[in-house]
Amino acid sequence: MAIADIKQRTGVVLGAAILLHVVLISAQVNTASGLPVLQVVTFGSFSEVQRATMALIDGVRGLWSGYVALQQVQEENAALKQELQNLQVRFQQERAEAQRTDNLRQLLELRDRANLETVAAEVIAGPASPDFRTVTIDKGSSDGLATDMAVISPAGVVGRVILPSGRAAKVQLLIDRNAAAGVLIERTRVQGIVMGMGDGVLRLQYVPGTADVKTGDLVVTSGIDGIYPKGFVIGTVDHADRGAGAYLEISVRAAVDFARLEEVLIVKSVPASRGAIEEPKP
Amino acid sequence: MRSAAALAAILVAIALQTTLASLVFQGTAAIDLVLIVVVFVAIKSGPVTGLLGGTVAGLIQDALSSGILGIGGLAKTIIGFLSGVLGTQFIVTAPLPRFLLLLLATGLHTAIFMGLYTLLNLRQFEAPWPAVAGQALGNAFVGVVAFTLVEWIPGFVDRRRARRFLKR
Repeated sequence: MAIADIKQRTGVVLGAAILLHVVLISAQVNTASGLPVLQVVTFGSFSEVQRATMALIDGVRGLWSGYVALQQVQEENAALKQELQNLQVRFQQERAEAQRTDNLRQLLELRDRANLETVAAEVIAGPASPDFRTVTIDKGSSDGLATDMAVISPAGVVGRVILPSGRAAKVQLLIDRNAAAGVLIERTRVQGIVMGMGDGVLRLQYVPGTADVKTGDLVVTSGIDGIYPKGFVIGTVDHADRGAGAYLEISVRAAVDFARLEEVLIVKSVPASRGAIEEPKP
Repeated sequence: MRSAAALAAILVAIALQTTLASLVFQGTAAIDLVLIVVVFVAIKSGPVTGLLGGTVAGLIQDALSSGILGIGGLAKTIIGFLSGVLGTQFIVTAPLPRFLLLLLATGLHTAIFMGLYTLLNLRQFEAPWPAVAGQALGNAFVGVVAFTLVEWIPGFVDRRRARRFLKR
């Protein structure tokens, strides 16, 4: 570079000279902490450059991941949603299967405990009319079902078969207005007849006014009706009042949750010599 | 050519500063012959030559002293540049403007020099203004005389040669 060119760039030369001196001074002077100024200034300057670079990179990365890459994320999100829905359906299926398995296990336990010839059936339909409390099961006359066979569940008595067809049967629930069963109070052996009222409530009738009946007493089948085997749970006494007549007015809370019936057992034969069912093993 | 002459002047000034100045002015004012030369070079050759001359002179001066290398150089660089700018913007051929210029240059040089040392916490200067004022006056006086001599010598030599030629 010619001297003439240098002289035309006075500012550049002055800046370069000042910078040279500043660097030179900084290389010799220490800061209050004992470190060379040049080192501190250089490190500080480059650290700011690094900070700015990282901020820029983070910004670009954030821009990329927050906006540009969202197209892929959208597809991934849709796939994940679909997978989540599939898993939810599968979970529901597994849960239902587990519940069904549990119910079947309870039925098996009941069958072993009752020592009865039974057929397991699944509830496939509810009542066709709100005036009648019936359900439809998936076993019929081809499975050996016949009219007036008792239908039970692990919780207690469900009802009786009233209309078997080839592969299905209609079951009258115990809470139906036309249903009835011979029962007794387990604690005092007082007998009576349980009748459905059509509204989900059972009424225990024909219990003498002098009988010892208390709220909470367990009501079981007596077996005198020729339909329900003896000793199966009907429910518990909800309340017992002395009415105007000679009998007590007793309402019974059914042991079976009729709204959640899924699997039941149909009792095909009642042994003539059988008494109460065996107590479940602990 | 002018740059070489400027460099030579600076080297001579440094040589005189390190030898004669301490003998002649010992105990009085600390005359800075190098600063005077830098100002002279700057007003004669412009700001770029001035700042480059100031840089070279200051760095050599710093290297020969026990101070921080670069502080004197930076001060003289700025002085050389500003003196060059003033020399191009104003007429500084008369003794009085030169005297004022040297006063100003010395004051500014001292301010930069002491300011940097104080700023970097390297040295403390207690009540420096009397010494600064004395140095400024001394630099201004010596500088004006030196400028006059330096500018008078070439003309004197030429006139003497011309007289000898006419006598023949």
